[in-house]
Formats: sequence, C-alpha cells, structure tokens
Amino acid sequence: MDIPRNWRLREQRYRLQGTRCTACGECHFPPRHVCPRCKGRALEPYRFAGRGTVYSYTVIYQAPEGFEQYVPYVVALVDLEEGVRVTAQLTDVDPEEVTIGMPVEMVLRKLGEEGERGLILYGYKFRPRIEGSAGGGP
Amino acid sequence: MRDVAIVGIGQTPVGEHWDRSLRDLAVEAVLAAMDDAHVRRADALYVGNMLSGTLSFQEHLGALVAEYAGLEGIEAVKVEAACGSAAAALRQAVLAVESGRVEVAIAVGVEKLTELASKCTTNALAMAADADYETVMGLSFVAINALLMRRYMHEYGVSKEDFAAFTVNAHANAQHNPFAMFRAPVTRQQYAAAKMIADPINLLDSSPVSDGAAAVVVVPAERAREFSEKPVRVAACEVGTDTVALDNRANPLWLKGVERSARRAYRRAGVGPEEIGVFELHDAFSIMAALSLEASGLAEPGTAVRLANEGAITPRGRFPIATMGGLKGRGHPVGATGLYQVVECVLHLRGEAPEAVQVENVQYAMAQNIGGSGATVITTILERLTP
Repeated sequence: MDIPRNWRLREQRYRLQGTRCTACGECHFPPRHVCPRCKGRALEPYRFAGRGTVYSYTVIYQAPEGFEQYVPYVVALVDLEEGVRVTAQLTDVDPEEVTIGMPVEMVLRKLGEEGERGLILYGYKFRPRIEGSAGGGP
Repeated sequence: MRDVAIVGIGQTPVGEHWDRSLRDLAVEAVLAAMDDAHVRRADALYVGNMLSGTLSFQEHLGALVAEYAGLEGIEAVKVEAACGSAAAALRQAVLAVESGRVEVAIAVGVEKLTELASKCTTNALAMAADADYETVMGLSFVAINALLMRRYMHEYGVSKEDFAAFTVNAHANAQHNPFAMFRAPVTRQQYAAAKMIADPINLLDSSPVSDGAAAVVVVPAERAREFSEKPVRVAACEVGTDTVALDNRANPLWLKGVERSARRAYRRAGVGPEEIGVFELHDAFSIMAALSLEASGLAEPGTAVRLANEGAITPRGRFPIATMGGLKGRGHPVGATGLYQVVECVLHLRGEAPEAVQVENVQYAMAQNIGGSGATVITTILERLTP
C-alpha cells in the first residue's frame, strides 16, 4: 500500500509530464534531475503531446501479481513524437492487430488495483490513433 | 596494485532446495571453496545476493554467512546488483586483494528463490527493473526481454524458431554438468511447442527459478601456489552500467553496459575477443545470449542468431558458450549466477570440466554477469597460469 508514491507520480501518470532542459532543449520522460545529454541541471516541467508509434510490444500470458485478470494484454515501447520512448500498455486493440510502427495516442485508463480495499491506480495507456483525433494528450 | 588469483572454487547443485536455507547453501559453497584452497581462515567475505530480504526476510548476510561458515569476526558485507550481484561481490574481493589491504578474500553468491509462492518470486525479480515506470505497467522481467526479442526479430529478419539453437546448446551441455538443474537434452520440436509466457518468449527461452550458491577464494597471485596446484589469474573483472529502464536507451538492441564492461575487461587483460576460449555469458533469455555476443565483440550486430545456428556456440565451435548449461540449463539462482559462471571458467582452465564439454587448450576464459536488462554488467577474464 504505497499511497505517497502513487500521489507523487500523479503528474506523470495523468498528464505524461516530464522535463525539458533549458540549456539544450532535450525533453525527458521520466522527469530528470540532470539532463542526460548536456548534464545541465536547469530543467523545467514539460508535458508530452501523447502521440507516437509502437517501437516494440509483447503479449503477456503469465502476468505478475495484480494483473492476472487482464491476460492476455499488450505492453509496448512507444516512441513519442518528441523523441522520447515510454513503456505502457496498449488498450482498445486486439493483440493480434498490433504491429511495430503502428500510430498510437495516449489515453487515461485504470492501470490496476491493489486488492479489493486498496488503491485503484490510474495512468497512461496508448490506443491506436483515431483519425481526426487531437491526440491523446489531456 | 598486485595480480590476484583464484585458488579455490565451490558450488552447490542448482535446483529447488526445499530442504535447505539461504545460509545452508551459502555455507556449503564457502566451505567447499575453502577446502579446495586448503585454507582455514580468510580476511574478508563478500556475499552477492539479490532477494534475501524480500523472499527469506533476511538481510545482513555478510555477518550471518561469516558466522555460520566459521569465519566470525572478519570483514563481511553483502553486495547487491540484481542478477549481477555475485560477480559484483567478486569485483569487491578482487579490488580488496589487489590493493594489498586483504590477503585472503572469499566471494560467495547465494540465492533462495523457492521460499515463497512463485507469484512472489516473479514480482520480486521485477525489482531489477524501474518500479515507477516499468513494473507498474504490468511488465514482468520476462516481458522486458520479450520487448527486446520482438524488436530484434523485426529489425534483423530473424524468426522465433531460429532462437532454438541457444536452448538446444545449453541443455545439451547441461546434461554433463553434475551441478546443473536440468540434465536432459531439449529438441527444436520441444522448443517450438513450449508454452508462451510473454510473446515471443516461451518457457524454453527462459532460465528457471532456482536456488544455489557458488564461491571462490581470491589471493595474491605471487602466493597462489601455496594454496593450489592450478591457480587461475584474474586478468580482469570490470563493471559497466547503463540505464535501468529499457525505454531510456536510444538503441535497446545494443547493450551499452555489456560493451562498456567488456571493453574495459579486454583492455585490462590485454586480450581481444578472438583470444577467449570459453565464454560463460548471461543467457537468462535466448535474446540476451544473442545481444551479449554482439555487444561483447564476438558477433556483428544482427548476426549472433545465425552464428548460433551454424554451430559456433557449441563446445567444439568457434566461441563456446553455456558450456555447462548456462543460465538456461544449469539454472539461474540470480544473485549466485555470476560465481557459477566463474567457477565453470576455472574448471575449463584447470582442465577439470566434464569431458564431453571440456574445451581444449583454453588460455583465457570469460564470464559475463548481467543485472537487470543490461544495467549492470561485470565481465571477468580469467587466465591459466602455466606451472
């Protein structure tokens, strides 16, 4: 039951907020303390648009504790337009239809729950991009 | 700085040891290594372990193992680097003896993964990944490797079936190793029919959940013959790191941690990849064997799977790997694995490997232990000392 941790991560989970280096312009997700590119320390919050493509994916049949009821589900590495890669579940898609390179957009969904009386966790997932959609960013 | 040598080795069989505790396993390996080196005392003990706190509710392993191994009072600490913990402990032993501050050091790796229900173990192993950004998405450690394997197949046009060569080689070799968990060969047909865990990784791509312990005794090379007739010089034991989360790497198919660690090791030992006679690599999953061969300079990017299918990785091939079963066949007691690899390299250099898998005339053997999906890598190069 880690309430403080999940509360701390709300800007990341709900809004895909990372950091941007004010010196070199590099964007990061997760947020950084030191820019991995130029080692600069002056970073500002940066919200990603939530649009990207699938770099790789896996269909999970044997799930970790707390995720058993969702199998089979898809977890992907998603390349965001801003040049950052994130790990997230894909949703609203048949696992058979997922391909590398597929355009996807962020949506806010339930990630899981910590038992019957525990926290319900919400956060980013990605779905196939819908034509004409402004993109998944909140 | 002075040269150091390994003069004693010990290992327990790898398996599901329901009847034995963490400390039982660690003590057995330590005492076997001490007997092999004919020593009754040591100055320092470094215990490699990943999950004793989570699965056995026991931390403070340095003092505990020292006490039960009859070494109460000496310097003793635990070293943790996920699945790379054992070689990280060896690194500490090597530094200590090299520096001149310690004369006789023992490094032991121990892991007890079958203490709780397998769900707990699966979750515990995922702690090697980033808890806030990987694990929370429902990603198991197997699934992280599946992401790598899928991209590898896509980028290099390799089929899933082609990866069978790694599994077949590992199990063919494990059957000759009395300490291995699985002592039966596996066919390509069995590989193709194995149960899927995280597509494209199936059960026979994955190393098993296991218990075990392995240990070595490290002394100054100039005194090595006081302890052993067949000492082995530690030519290099070098650490490299990379990002913990896979998604923070520009090219996840190139294991920078492996490249950094291997390059440092080659430079320190003064040898190149072509001089390595045996390579005990970290084949926790088939894809890791391929990526390790490539980033260690033994195969060009995208070619390791083809070379494996041409027989290059067998004990009679160009670069034998997993000669005693590897993580796949011998087993993978995570925080002990790095020292199993080192013990197996020592056996080759002494000429004491099981006959069917003994590689002839090995001058240099290399062990490579990886923590997480490549975030901590320790490459050890061992050299045979001629009498």
